[in-house]
Amino acid sequence: MNKIEAKNVDFYYGDFHALKNINITIPNNEVVAFIGPSGCGKSTFLRLFNRMNDLIPGTRLTGEICIDGRNIYEPSINVDILRKNVGMVFQRPNPFPKSIFENVAYGLRVNGIKDKEFITERVETALKGAALWNEVKDKLKASAYDLSGGQQQRLCIARAMAVEPSVLLMDEPASALDPISTAKIEELICELSSQTTVVIVTHSMQQAARVSNKTAFFYMGEMVEYGETKKIFTSPDKEATQNYITGRFG
Amino acid sequence: MKRLIDNIARYVLTVSGFTTSVVILLIIGFLFKEAVGLFNNPIVEDGYVLALNKENDVKRLSAQQIKNIFDEEITNWKEVGGKDMPITVFRLEDLDKHYTEAELGAEYEYAGDKIAEQVHQTPGIVAYVPDVLMKGQKDIHYIENQDIPVKDVLLGNEWFPTATPSPIFGILPLISGTLWVSFFAILIALPFGLAISIYLAEVANEKTRKFLKPIIELLNGIPSVVYGFFGLAVIVPFLQQTFNLPVGESGLAGSLVLAIMALPTIITVGEDAMRSCPRSMREASLALGATQWQTIYKVVIPFSISGITSGIVLGIGRAIGETMAVLMVTGNAAVMPHSILEPLRTIPATIAAELGEAPAGGAHYQSLFLLGVILFFITLIINSCVEIVSSRNKFKK
Repeated sequence: MNKIEAKNVDFYYGDFHALKNINITIPNNEVVAFIGPSGCGKSTFLRLFNRMNDLIPGTRLTGEICIDGRNIYEPSINVDILRKNVGMVFQRPNPFPKSIFENVAYGLRVNGIKDKEFITERVETALKGAALWNEVKDKLKASAYDLSGGQQQRLCIARAMAVEPSVLLMDEPASALDPISTAKIEELICELSSQTTVVIVTHSMQQAARVSNKTAFFYMGEMVEYGETKKIFTSPDKEATQNYITGRFG
Repeated sequence: MKRLIDNIARYVLTVSGFTTSVVILLIIGFLFKEAVGLFNNPIVEDGYVLALNKENDVKRLSAQQIKNIFDEEITNWKEVGGKDMPITVFRLEDLDKHYTEAELGAEYEYAGDKIAEQVHQTPGIVAYVPDVLMKGQKDIHYIENQDIPVKDVLLGNEWFPTATPSPIFGILPLISGTLWVSFFAILIALPFGLAISIYLAEVANEKTRKFLKPIIELLNGIPSVVYGFFGLAVIVPFLQQTFNLPVGESGLAGSLVLAIMALPTIITVGEDAMRSCPRSMREASLALGATQWQTIYKVVIPFSISGITSGIVLGIGRAIGETMAVLMVTGNAAVMPHSILEPLRTIPATIAAELGEAPAGGAHYQSLFLLGVILFFITLIINSCVEIVSSRNKFKK
């Protein structure tokens, strides 16, 4: 079953044609990686899935993006509910200026959940899911900024997972982290894929190879190639992909 | 060569920093010295005495009692702890009523004797006369002239610095006037200021913001006398009609003018603080399904709270220290305010209005310095409170 389906997507920042006629289908509960050189449009494309680009003035989209078979750019779509269902982890850890507990509980609270027991339980589950529970269980009331960068990023993953989204978008989630933290996050991504669909943008081809089932290669606003990760990294169809993964440019 | 310039720069910076600090300390020291000097002044004006009949056993009178006696509000000695007899007030001018010029002498050389004669004759007399005239007179009882007590100044609720023989420096009406006006000004300015800064930072589009922000900043540059004039011409008549007041000049008029003056500060500082909230944090909140309003009050405002509070403090600082506009619209009655719709008077307005008529170095002059010191402390306390409150956000980076 297909979770996300993009049909003939074109996207513009003002006059700049950022994405050119992109078609992709992402199956349920898989990890899909977007790779490509800087400025190729992979992050822009990712941010279309939870309508984050709506915040940037002067942007325009044509084509359709369907999640669970429904076009998310239809006027009748409630963006807040869509974003609850499509979580996002950003490039740099961006915890709120609140306690560790409140950071994770935030998504639940803004979605109107008041039941304290339920929230406590969910926060614990989310922190365990993000492999952070053992490190923070004694200091849930401490500021999120007391954590290290890697811990903060795992906190952000826990925060996103607490509302149980069916899709998790990750925009270079490990690019600001050290190798050990990166390894932990990658391990986490593999575990998460059992319950959600993960779309990850990454600069590191090794990372894409390690965590993803499928990989899409973007170049100059176009999706050059999309297929099984193994195939992309061993015998790509297109020469541009071959050049990129062998490090001849990018 | 490079090293030399470096050393010169360091030397110049050190010297200028040091001298500036010393000058500031000296100014504060001068302020305090003058202010404390007030308490070394006698209750009765220097060079004068209050002479009583020797039968009268009243030894001390407070400034308030002296004023009431000379205003003839106290008419019997028993009210101030003496015997039951009526008080006869005698001033130097009263000599002319009892004696001819010939009797007093061309140079007033016999005035002392005549005053003594009056004092001896009238048991209930209190004579306010220069001490030089009384030298060598016998059997006269003088009121003990004590220094102005600190308590009467700090807790006194009457301000009458030009009263004779005994000026009254109760500063409570002025302090409460200042606090009332500033409090209501902030009460009015805060909701509007916050609303506008949130609107500008979060809701307005770029075009509206670029149009509105310079206009609001421009308001900061308008001299306060213009605001005062505006208040006098528009707000005062408006209040008089709306609340059916005998006079429109009132604490509320002052508060409204101050609120208008504090708004630009609160708005610009608050807006800058909110815009400094990183985009990634807003996006994180929105990506979790929060609405724009939830993002504003749960993330943006807590993040920028110290900036917002410093805007508010600057606004309060402006309100408390503002002189001219307040002087023009509050009616300047130095009485304890009972309601915000009555005329009242603030500390800065008092200093500005009275400095011209206070003889340099006198008690009145020093009392105005004391007011300056009080103002200094009020601002200091408010600043520290806000500092404590805003540093309490322990989740800050």
